[in-house]
Amino acid sequence: MEYTAIRNERTQLLNYLWDFQDKNGYISTSDIRKLSKELGISWIEIEGVISFYHFFKRKPTGKYTIYLNNSIISEIKGVKKIKDAFEKETETIFGETDPTGTFSLFETSCIGLSEHEPAALINFRPFINLSPKRVKDIISHLKAGGDIDTIKDEITDFIRYKNDKGEPVIFREYKVGESILNLVKKHPEEVIQEIKDSGLSGRGGAFFPTGMKWEFARRSQSMQKYVICNADEGEPGTFKDRVLLNQMPGLVLEGMIAGGYTIGATKGIIYLRAEYRFLKKKIQDTIDNFYQIGLLGENILGKNFDFDISIMSGAGAYVCGEETSLIESLEGKRGGPRTKVYFPVEKGYLEKPTIVNNVETLCAVARIIELGADNYNNKGTEDSKGTKLLSISGNCKKPGIYEIEWGITVEEMLSLCEAEDVNYIQFNGPAGTVLTKDDFHHRISGTENSKNEKNPYIRCGGSVMIFNSKVDIFDILTNFSNFFIAESCGLCTPCRAGNYLIGKRLEKIKNGEATFEEIEEIKSWAKVLRDTSRCGLGKTSTNFIVDAIDKFPEIFKKVGLKDKEFNLSAALNDYYDTVKNN
Amino acid sequence: MDLRRVNIKIDGKEFEAIEGQSLIEAAKNNGFYIPTLCHFKEIYPPLGTCRVCTVNINGKPDTACTRKVFDGMEVEVNTPEVLDNRKAIVEMLFAEGNHYCPACAKSGDCELQRKGYELGISSSRFPHLFEERPRDFKDDRIFLEHNRCILCKRCVHEVKTNKGENVFYFQNRGHKMLVGMDYEKAAELTDEQVLEAAKLCPVGAIIAKGKCTAKPFGDRKFDVDKNIKWIQSDDLELDIPKDGKKKIVATTSLAGCFGCHMSLLDIDLGLLDVLELVEFNKSPLTDIKKFTKECDIGIIEGGVANSENFEVLKEFRKKCKIVVALGECSIWGGMPAMRNTLPLKECLEEAYLNSISSENDEHVIPYHEDIPKLLDKVYSVSDIIKIDYYIPGCPPNADHIWKAVKNILFGAGEKVAYEEFKYD
Repeated sequence: MEYTAIRNERTQLLNYLWDFQDKNGYISTSDIRKLSKELGISWIEIEGVISFYHFFKRKPTGKYTIYLNNSIISEIKGVKKIKDAFEKETETIFGETDPTGTFSLFETSCIGLSEHEPAALINFRPFINLSPKRVKDIISHLKAGGDIDTIKDEITDFIRYKNDKGEPVIFREYKVGESILNLVKKHPEEVIQEIKDSGLSGRGGAFFPTGMKWEFARRSQSMQKYVICNADEGEPGTFKDRVLLNQMPGLVLEGMIAGGYTIGATKGIIYLRAEYRFLKKKIQDTIDNFYQIGLLGENILGKNFDFDISIMSGAGAYVCGEETSLIESLEGKRGGPRTKVYFPVEKGYLEKPTIVNNVETLCAVARIIELGADNYNNKGTEDSKGTKLLSISGNCKKPGIYEIEWGITVEEMLSLCEAEDVNYIQFNGPAGTVLTKDDFHHRISGTENSKNEKNPYIRCGGSVMIFNSKVDIFDILTNFSNFFIAESCGLCTPCRAGNYLIGKRLEKIKNGEATFEEIEEIKSWAKVLRDTSRCGLGKTSTNFIVDAIDKFPEIFKKVGLKDKEFNLSAALNDYYDTVKNN
Repeated sequence: MDLRRVNIKIDGKEFEAIEGQSLIEAAKNNGFYIPTLCHFKEIYPPLGTCRVCTVNINGKPDTACTRKVFDGMEVEVNTPEVLDNRKAIVEMLFAEGNHYCPACAKSGDCELQRKGYELGISSSRFPHLFEERPRDFKDDRIFLEHNRCILCKRCVHEVKTNKGENVFYFQNRGHKMLVGMDYEKAAELTDEQVLEAAKLCPVGAIIAKGKCTAKPFGDRKFDVDKNIKWIQSDDLELDIPKDGKKKIVATTSLAGCFGCHMSLLDIDLGLLDVLELVEFNKSPLTDIKKFTKECDIGIIEGGVANSENFEVLKEFRKKCKIVVALGECSIWGGMPAMRNTLPLKECLEEAYLNSISSENDEHVIPYHEDIPKLLDKVYSVSDIIKIDYYIPGCPPNADHIWKAVKNILFGAGEKVAYEEFKYD
């Protein structure tokens, strides 16, 4: 899309910036001057927006920008060798551009291709299951002036399990418009009741009851309301939304249309994470098709109901998965979380009532309307009804997407994905829970409390990363810690400074320089972050380390010190080096 | 206008508040104080950045500046947990930035410093980061000192040109975040607006060049009440130990300025009475160079900058039952730790090789087996050994030192008043 014609919408800033970034490989000072003049805002504000998102660059990049995933899954699948191969073949190092201006190398947080690691995005096209040999082939092809689109990878979506014991909900056959046909037969209040009856809660991992959210938005008085699809799944290890957007984009649109119909909104926006830009065309084609067949646009299905959907690209910031950060980003600002004086259902996008729902939630809504709550409710457990998509990756034979019925045990899940020698599971992403052998009897659920003491519930938003006993636990912890340090937005003290301080302490522990007291102290620091952080990112960012300290005491026992030991000779090295070379 | 009222409860006390008001303002209007740093007036949306005003609202922690009062709101402001979180956040800010109070124009008028006094912070539980941050002198009228910035967002939100354009805006993300300035927009501010911006800054990050508002000690916003009571020698007689045995004290000054010892001498004539109670062993005051016996208490001034400091400190831990860190340098490095943001090599080269003051043929970095070797950075004493007590201040005042030591040695149980608590 070209935005060069008129640039006068402050809310379109991210699009304007993408326009420059795509065209020139960076955003120049004169671009910023131009935008500043056209939009009537100070240049420091534009610089502030650019520097918030890691895919926007202020220095020229090469013809090809290579973003290599540095998630822990990528690490255990041998990203180190791939990194070396890229550096060798492109003759530059990560963070830099080669002298010919052909290649720029960057690392980036999880790109949502965990079942195909190591993986990279080259000019935002996916390259998966990389080997040093493949890297060599790719780079020499590009060096020889070959077309990138002829060698990019088509991604196979491994949908490994579709609730085979019962029947699938999400991954049943998709027939265009089926859900909307049912939708328009119902009154919006009936739709809300149906969703409430299903007990559906937010599938992004926050588990807020969807029916209630929609009801609040419906009750909010406003001429204009918005439906936003949160397609910014950034939790390391999750990729279910990518698969849904690729496999059944229509179902996602139908969920959004249902949202519009129910709350009385006429505009829908898909906030698509930049890492998934390669899916944009497919989604746009589906939207165009919906307009053609009358499922979008004016008077949908002859009813007095108009609805439009457009796509907005993010620009690289995990925190934008948090709904108020996402809204800020959509408004063309830095994607920091808002203070929760109002909920988005009261004042959201452009201060108007807004519902923000995760891709999977919207798909589930579309299915519930299609099948009826009764048909949905006969799956799952008493407290958590229906099915859930899990993104499984790491040390298992069958990484991929699993549509499970709520209530299966962790053990059952492990046997489905054929995982052996499992030592550590990061459940629900780094912000989630650490599971060990002692927890395998837990039942996967959408609620936390269980009446069944023998098989307690454990909540799952979808990301499941499995590690066997060969993986060094400190590698996992360091990776997660670096992730939160890199992705904290910086707005609030505890998350900004706290995660950084915890990262330093973790390093000290890993190097065997911390006392037991200092190891335990992390838990009390974590409590401060949990209690006082501004948004969910900070509140949950220390779960992994607290869990690890509790569940792997023997590992910390091995590295911890009884008393303080100060390494004097190490502290004197700098001095001796300086006087020696003097 | 008809204002609806709601009933809320703070720390068990019930009162009425106007619906729609933020909790922090409602509390203030009713004489309840909820400490905060970023909040300076009721704005929408509230800044909500520092998180100092985190309280328990109906059992759950949340910030008072971002929550509106509602009927049946029950607030806990001073439970041990809430207090500890509040302290932790302020300590985090001290550890994150580079705050050298004695060298800061805002000292005494600084809200962060005041928050430290108020919460009785004697040391930060978090190790200081000593990350180098820029100092921006580029603008003609505004000096932006990022080392002191606590990223409260006040200036980003509030300082605007007459056309309503931003002068300051956040840059970068996470721990690399800082406040950037648009110099052209800054030039559009009037002189009064520049001064307002400097005043709005809760710390010394925005300084109006050439318009230093520093005031003499005693006249600053958060200074001591001039009428505080200093030590009276009569007070001391009560504390003579019953068994008549004198407690043995050792003191030392490591990498510091000796100011804490000078402050100790400020006990003045009272020192004669102190000597009735204690006996000094190894100390600059007695000029005893080596320990001659086990001591009850060892008082350490200064941080650990070289190999000799390290040895002395280790010796103190061995010979003293109780070790007390006295003053900012020993607690976290203090002024000597200003070098911690730079590599040692650069410091030495600057001082001995490139300095304009070094003489032509004396471009040599000192080295001899007899002189102490410099460590890569200045460490706090707690990096090296276990510390039992901290007495903050730069220097701590005599009253504070004496009360603290008395408490430690004789369990005198006297409280250190807010007024006696000073970082500079």
